[in-house]
Order: sequence, then C-alpha cells, then structure tokens
Amino acid sequence: MQPSKQTLAWMYEMMVTSRRFENAIEKIYMEGKTPVFNMANGPIPGEMHLSDGQEPVAVGVCAHLNPEDIVTATHRPHHQAIAKGVNLKKMAAEIFGKSTGLSGGRGGHMHIFDPDVNFACSGIIGQGMGPAAGAALSRKIQGKPGVAVSFIGEGAANQGAFHETLNLAAVWKLPMVLVVEDNAWGISVSKEASTAIARNADRAAAYGIPGHYVSGNDPLKIYEVAGEAIARARAGDGPTLIEIETYRLAGHFMGDAEGYRPEGEKDALFEKDPIPAMRETLLDGGSFTADELDTLETKAQKAVDDAISFARESADPQPEDALTAVFA
Amino acid sequence: MDNERKLTIARAMAEATAQEMRNDPRVFVMGEDIGELGGVFGNTRGLLEEFGKTRVRDTPISETGFIGAAVGAAQDGMRPVVELMFVDFFGVCFDAIYNLMAKNTYFSGGNFNVPMVLMTSTGGGYSDAGQHSQCLYGSFAHLPGMKVVSPSNAYDAKGLMTAAIRDPNPVIYMYHKGLQGMGWLGTEAGAITHVPEEAYEVEIGKAAIPREGSDVTIVSIAQGVHHGLKAAKTLEEQGISAEVVDLRSLVPLDRETIRASVAKTGRLIVVDEDYHSFGVSGEIIATVTETNMADLKAPPKRIAYPDVPIPFARVMEQHCLPNADKIVAAAREVCKAPVSA
Repeated sequence: MQPSKQTLAWMYEMMVTSRRFENAIEKIYMEGKTPVFNMANGPIPGEMHLSDGQEPVAVGVCAHLNPEDIVTATHRPHHQAIAKGVNLKKMAAEIFGKSTGLSGGRGGHMHIFDPDVNFACSGIIGQGMGPAAGAALSRKIQGKPGVAVSFIGEGAANQGAFHETLNLAAVWKLPMVLVVEDNAWGISVSKEASTAIARNADRAAAYGIPGHYVSGNDPLKIYEVAGEAIARARAGDGPTLIEIETYRLAGHFMGDAEGYRPEGEKDALFEKDPIPAMRETLLDGGSFTADELDTLETKAQKAVDDAISFARESADPQPEDALTAVFA
Repeated sequence: MDNERKLTIARAMAEATAQEMRNDPRVFVMGEDIGELGGVFGNTRGLLEEFGKTRVRDTPISETGFIGAAVGAAQDGMRPVVELMFVDFFGVCFDAIYNLMAKNTYFSGGNFNVPMVLMTSTGGGYSDAGQHSQCLYGSFAHLPGMKVVSPSNAYDAKGLMTAAIRDPNPVIYMYHKGLQGMGWLGTEAGAITHVPEEAYEVEIGKAAIPREGSDVTIVSIAQGVHHGLKAAKTLEEQGISAEVVDLRSLVPLDRETIRASVAKTGRLIVVDEDYHSFGVSGEIIATVTETNMADLKAPPKRIAYPDVPIPFARVMEQHCLPNADKIVAAAREVCKAPVSA
C-alpha cells in the first residue's frame, strides 16, 4: 500500500506541526521555571510529556483514519491528537488550562478529549485499551462504520489491561487495532529490563490475532502495516496488534535529567530524527520539491503559532467552574 | 390483593432491563454469567432468550477489560448495563470505574457522557467471608462522578433500574444479596413487593419513608431498612415511635428528607452494613449536625459493621452485622429522655 502524494504531504505536514507544537510547548513550559525548576510554576504547570521523535507512529496510523474512527491515546498524546485532527487551538488552550480549552481547563495535557474526531486520552498506563475495545464493540453492535485504535507504550504491554483487552477484542472479533509505541523506555526502565520477550508483537499469538513489528521509526513502513490492520478491522476480520519501534527524543517528562540513558544514546537518536529523514525521502523520491516542503512547513508553523496565541490570549476559567460538569 | 404482582428484586431488575432494551436499541448487557445462567443472582434472567447474544454478552473474567469497554461504548453513544458479580471484586478493576467511568465527563468538560449502569451485588450474612460479603457503598459514594443507588424492595429495584438506564451519567446499582429473593441465599420477605407491569422510574436521589414515627429516626439503605422496620415494630410495642428513612440513593443523597425527619423526631440512628469508620454513617450524622444541631435531643448513634474484615464463622459474622435487636437497644438508649406519649 503506497500513500498518494496528497497523503504524503499530509503526513509530512502533521509531523512538522507536531514537532513545532512540542518545541513551542517546551519553551513556554520553562517560563517561570528557571532558575529553580518547580513544576507548579509558569503558564503551563504540571507534568509535560513531549512526543518529539514519535511522530511517524501518529501519522502512519492516523493517515488511514476518518473523524468517525476512534482513537484512545496515552499520557504522551500531542502527536496522536494532531494526527487525528483534534482542534489545535482548543488543545493548546487546554494545555494552558484556559477557559477556551477542549474541557475548559479541567483536564490539561493528559486529558485531551475531542468528540468531533472521537479522540480521548488518559494519564494512566494501559487505560485506553478497554474504552477502545468498547467503542469498537459499540460500532459492531450498531452495525456502524468505524475502527478503534488504541495507542499504548511498550511499558503498557506488561499491564493486565493489555491481556484482558486483547483477549476480549479477539474473542469478540472487534474492529480494533492496538498500536504499541516502543520508545524503549518506561520512564527510566528499559524495555529489556522490564519485558520478558524482545517484541510485544509476538504476544499476538497468545490471542490468535496477527502481530506485526515495524522497525526503524519509518512513517512509510508504518503506513503500510497500519493500513493492512485497519482494512482488516473494517472488513470485520478482527483486531491486530502492531508494535512500532520509535524514538523518544525528549525525556519522560520535562525536567527529566535522563541519567539512565547510556552514553551517546541521545546523539545517535537525534541522528535518526524522523523529520529530516522524511524530508530527505520525499525529496529523493522526486515527488516533492524543496519549495513544496517549505510551504508545508510554513503552514505547520502558522497553525502552531495561531494555536499558541489563542491559548495565551484566552482567559483563565472561573475558579468556581471547578465545581461544574461532574455530571451530565 | 388479587391485582398484586409480587416480584423479587432479581425479577424486578430483569424486567426493568428488558423493558428498556425493548424501547432503546442502545441498551445492552454484559458481564460474567449474565447470559445463559441469567446472572448468578438472577437479575438478568430471560434476557438472552429475548434479545440474543449480540445484546446480552457473557464476558471473559476480565473486569478491567469489559468495564473499560463499557466506558468506551457509553462514550460512543451506547447504554451499557454491566455487571461486576460481587462488589468485593472491585479491586481488580477500580481504575476503569473511578478513573475513567467517573471522571471522563468532567475531564472532557461535559463533551463526553458516560451513560452506563454498573450492577453489583453487596452484603453478607450467609458465611461467605470477607471477599464476598462486603457492602462498600461508601467507597463508591466517596468518589465524585458516579451516582450510587441500592434498593430495599422490588418496587424500588425496578424503578431505580429504569431510572439508572435512562440516566446520562454512570450509576452504580448495588443490590443486596440478602434481598435478592434467591432461595439459596435466604429471602427477606419484605423485599418482595408489588411491582407494576409498566415501566416507571423511581427518582435517583429521593429517599423514602416506609414508616412514619415521632420519637426517633432510623436512617438506612438496602438490608438495613428491613432491620429498621423490624426494630420499629418492636419499639412500638415498647411505646417508642420510630420513623424509618430508606435512602435508596447515596449519590445524590437526599439530605433534606434526613434533616426533616430528625427535625421532627430529635433523635437519629444510622444503620449501615458498610464499615463503621469514614463512611456512610458518619456522612449521615454530619448531614444533621452541620446544619441542624439544635434539633437533636440526644447524640446520634450508628450501628455499622465494625472495622474488621468479615469473618466466616456464623457466630462471628452475626456478632458484627447490624440487626433489629441492636437498633432497638440503641433507640431505647437515645430515647431514655422522656418520649412523647
């Protein structure tokens, strides 16, 4: 399965949008946090998990999804949200805790919900799998179109929810795809130290479903494998497990000193930064000119700038609004 | 009466669910042994036969998986009715309940609703020990974002189930095993009541007063209501007039009815089969003392499960459980000041 030029352009634009967005967030996050780093300070308080380096997973999978399809994401959700089409302005405002945010500031960066594109994420490892299976079940019962994709990290494959949900999705043949982003680290513990087998994709055999491992953090390979899995789900043939090698170019969260990384690991990862690599691929293939890619980058930057301005300029929520929206 | 239609709570729950399933294609049921078996406690009997396997789904023993799935289905527009067989099992799946089901409405700023019912059995008294006998109402009611109901009789059981399924919010529907009307669990006769055939709602958040009185208010829920009613009968013979308040719902809590009753009687006894400390009984007492201290003619009393795991041996468990005798003794004590003639 080869992406069209239009899809390639979209993939590149979304990757750049995601990276530029994270760059902006990273910078603003540090406002008010120097010289003494206190997570509670600055325009964006709280934990911040950046997705730099993991963009190929988001675009390679979401290129196959429509707004009606469902995505559940993790505590590191920005790249997936952007690729799923979440409203960037409202998402930025939510990250700033503003009244104009997707949830009026109640959720923040780990609780991004956009009903217009059926996107949700949550802050606890492995949590989104059950809801994704349920949304898939909902479509199956109703006979309505739609595939549910649940993104998790490789650390979440050791959660009980992984086993329970994959078994449930397989036994009920649900239109679901479970995508494991293998960034090699669960905070500070390596995959090797935490996981009994090298590839979680092999665990698919335990549920009698296809399992694929995609190496190299390559958006085009991811696109191909995800396309097959999503088509299979749409055809009613049941769930697929995909594990994707990707790179976490940032720390687990902002403020992470990353002392657990082996010497030189980060330099090596930056050499494999997927965004310049994608640019090179698109130029080398001859399908894009530098001008075309520059235009996409400008467009991405503008979307980010607009979103950040919107967030900055928006009003704080009314404090007493904290007491609303507990119930429908 | 000839026109009475006496049902058990189990039958009433199943009837309400079936009627909602007929009216609303979004309603479906899933849980362990709820299909072919009709529920270990009988509350889904007949549903599989009428609605088939697509809408009545026996699940694997995977509470995290299927309760999480119910959250996702509810957010996607369905109305799942899910069963957690024993409330004691909440330890294997509480993340899906209180971090997803109960919080997603709030965290989404109201953009996603989670209209689901989580049915679960509570209560002991039949020597099943402390992993199959707890009530744990208070643990759920303590955490924001979910409604909590527990019927004491079949009429309320049907009306609360109908209301719970129609509610746009998650509702924890806690049914007491001792009231369920399953022969093998013993049967509380007072729980088997007339149940109208047509669908109706019992408002969630509205307490009932199954017995009026003037000297002391006995507040309880589920099985405790029956202990209270039996105690009230004995107390009447002893010249003490007891009013019994059946909360029916903990979230929302009908504080007004509690306060109005205590304003009338001046005395309060809370009967709570859940653990004594940090729970429902303390909340009920605070409801009165925070605002209506002057109404009290005597310090409030609580008859609750002591802060110990529930033991197996019959005599030990019965020693710990609330009962009518304990309520009578407490009522006599709080009424030792002269009572109205």
